[in-house]
Amino acid sequence: MPPPRTQGKALRQRLAELRGPGVPAKALDARALAALAANPGCSRRAILDGAGVNKAALAGALGSPSAFGQSQFALTRGNAFEAKVKADGGAELLRLVHEKLDRGAEPPAGASVPDLSAAGPEGRAARTALALREATAAAGTWTLLDHPMLALDVAGSPAFLEPDAVVVHPDGRWTVVEIKSFPMLDGSADPAKVGAAARQAAVYVLALEEVAARLDPAPVVRHRVLLVCPKDFSNLPTASAVDVRKQRAVTGRQLARLTRVQDIADALPEGTCFSPELPTAELTSAVESVPATYAPECLSACELAFHCRTRSREAGAVTALGRSVRAELGGLTTVEDVLAAARGETGDPEDPAVAALRRAARLRAEALGQEAAPCR
Amino acid sequence: MSLISTLARLEAVSTGRAQAAATVRHRHLAERPLVLVPLTTAGEAGAPLGALVGTDRDAPRLLVVPQPRDRDLRFAFLAELADVVLPYIDAYAGQVEAAERNETDPETGKRVKVEVELCADAPQLIVPSRPGVDFLRLLGRSMRFRRTAEQDPETPYPAPPRVPLLGRWLTHFGERARVPGSSLLLAMTDVLSRHWATGQSTLEDQHLGALLAWIAPPEGSTGAEAALDAELARDAKGQLLCPPAGPATDPAFDNKLLAPAIERYDRARTALAAAEDGLEADDRLGELTAAERGIRDLVLSRTLPTWEKVWQGLDLLRELPVGAHVEERWTRDRWSFTAHRDRIAAGEPPQPRRDDAVTAANKLASREREQARLEAQEALDDPLVMAGRRLSGEAFTGEVIEVVMAYSESKRPSPRPLVTLRTDDRPHLGERVKVYRSLGGKPQTAEFVGLEDSPGDGALLVLRILDKMGRGKEPEAGSVPEKGDRLCFTLFEHEQRGGPKLPDPEQTPWTHGGPPGEAVAEAADPTTAEDVL
Repeated sequence: MPPPRTQGKALRQRLAELRGPGVPAKALDARALAALAANPGCSRRAILDGAGVNKAALAGALGSPSAFGQSQFALTRGNAFEAKVKADGGAELLRLVHEKLDRGAEPPAGASVPDLSAAGPEGRAARTALALREATAAAGTWTLLDHPMLALDVAGSPAFLEPDAVVVHPDGRWTVVEIKSFPMLDGSADPAKVGAAARQAAVYVLALEEVAARLDPAPVVRHRVLLVCPKDFSNLPTASAVDVRKQRAVTGRQLARLTRVQDIADALPEGTCFSPELPTAELTSAVESVPATYAPECLSACELAFHCRTRSREAGAVTALGRSVRAELGGLTTVEDVLAAARGETGDPEDPAVAALRRAARLRAEALGQEAAPCR
Repeated sequence: MSLISTLARLEAVSTGRAQAAATVRHRHLAERPLVLVPLTTAGEAGAPLGALVGTDRDAPRLLVVPQPRDRDLRFAFLAELADVVLPYIDAYAGQVEAAERNETDPETGKRVKVEVELCADAPQLIVPSRPGVDFLRLLGRSMRFRRTAEQDPETPYPAPPRVPLLGRWLTHFGERARVPGSSLLLAMTDVLSRHWATGQSTLEDQHLGALLAWIAPPEGSTGAEAALDAELARDAKGQLLCPPAGPATDPAFDNKLLAPAIERYDRARTALAAAEDGLEADDRLGELTAAERGIRDLVLSRTLPTWEKVWQGLDLLRELPVGAHVEERWTRDRWSFTAHRDRIAAGEPPQPRRDDAVTAANKLASREREQARLEAQEALDDPLVMAGRRLSGEAFTGEVIEVVMAYSESKRPSPRPLVTLRTDDRPHLGERVKVYRSLGGKPQTAEFVGLEDSPGDGALLVLRILDKMGRGKEPEAGSVPEKGDRLCFTLFEHEQRGGPKLPDPEQTPWTHGGPPGEAVAEAADPTTAEDVL
């Protein structure tokens, strides 16, 4: 076995080739990492994300542009709310952390807010690590890190992540703070949005744990993060502690599995490249050389979804109608196979899936008043 | 999803057209529904951008908030909305018929019948999609605790008079929409996808344009092509040709068209406020009006296509014959409407932010009961739904082969005829399992006796009929099946029994938080001066 370092380097080289000459790697943000964990079986997404390919540009070049975008109203509102939460040295934010997570500690007053600015993401990550170490050493004080930079090793290349805030408690433990602009209405928020925020925060927790592991003694990263949202219809902040142990475990496992990127890259034909500059036909065949597992859920999470959906529909895959559809059809995977089996043209009548299908077809035809299927 | 509906979807894929998922209409459609197409501002909670509303397809009323962050403009919008919705509701609240209801007499504790009013019909709100239903709930929540100047002269930002009332009504509609089978507030996508199976996933069915494209594709194109166009086609300016059904707008619309228009409006307003004399003010007022018209046009351009689609959906649904039990479920909606009308008339406070334990348990129980009722009634009304239940072994159809008269062994023997049925279905029957068939709209019960050896195809089932045969020794005419009849029995009950009665809120056990105590008036949401929302 070669030393891991060279392996990592070779992989990095290989991934850069996949991206195309002169194309900068698109940094993986926490949102992308969390979405990756949502469809772990998709090799296409794994290799494209692992190589830092800009999937939105790729989708555009393939002729199926993604429909993701953010309204500037939402952006303005989000930024204004975050600024409000962090105003005044983060007094309100720290008050919420104290109230929701650490009532036993002394109330925060005059917390330190270290300056984290530095050149480049590596510099900021190093500065953040230093600030975290100092804050942990200074027992008995609260420290607020505003937009720290964390590095997380993803499939051999570092991804830089920027949580909204990290708080160091007086006892030296660390908490991730996630500030979102969806409202918490009468104490409850949209579960789908809270779930997404929790998955995102879990990635930050993992990254922080890597930083913590390098310190001696290693400080504890809390698995309860603080989710700060506007209260009801106002822009006053309110907060709730969210337990992200489950999300952390899932994401951690997926990220560990991402070393598979090496295997996927090895299986690709020589000279494969995903640069958006390439002609569409070439690019399409490059993308097709990696298998995808499309399901309708991809539409809300992946920029390439429309491309994959077209392909999936052309192939007549039943999964394009939903994962649950696929589940009840046994070994039959294409629309025509299923319909032919239901009509009694193909398929083994002893196969329970086929038999059920024929019964269903007969009952449906009977209910609709059509002629009974010929298989009867 | 049952295999039958999966098959329908696959057939839709292969034929390029949506397939029937029901043979009758399972939801009530009012003669004059109020259609509401709301739009909201991205990133804000409960900040409407505009709405198209009305009962007349050709004359919708356009309501617009030119600057959604401005509290006064938002109140003006809500007041206008109240002016449309409340008269519509009031028209139904006034027309009543006499009805009877069982109530417990507080003195004797006996169940007695009381004469009460029941509204002869109820209003019906229709929104394009499920997020629209959630948005109405949200609007209701944002309004119902507001105070008007009349209620509380001290309140810092008084709401226009009828706004809190509209909030209470929208909350009621939103809450009722969570009851399975109710039709007071319907989402068009939900109703359409209940009746048609498209060649796309249920997630994609949430898009009203794509859903309609599958059900009624335009001449010369397949459902798949038309749906793809509806989802993705954009014009030269990068705007979706079929705008999303809302309430969320397309980010490209927000960024390229709406934001500049709102900016222009803000500038015009600032300029007007800074005008120094009347002449200048007149000019600037003109600019303000023009800017406002610009936003109105934009909002209209995004809501009108959806408005048309909702009405197209209504047309399609009206072509289906109505299911037999739909009227009965609508009567329940009328009861719910009447009850809320009475609560408002009695001066009760708005619905609380959180229900107490007993109310919450009651709500859950009633939703479960309604779900079971809906499933049973839909199956009885619609052979296609029944086919699904037959496939899953919860019902069976068969031909009567033999009827043998038999009697119970009590002092006064009653008829208990044995019926032998040949069926191809495979019901999950155990010994003495009760099965039900519909006899003149009432369920007749039978119990499973056993299987007989069958010489030919299918299975021979022996059932013993238990009731609905009259009091005499001889069963009433027509109450016992005859040889050659084709019957459909179900393993599920046709009518739902209510569960055990829950205690009164005052009797809430300590395990559930104890009695709620004195009702405290819910405070309005706090408002702050700098708070633009």
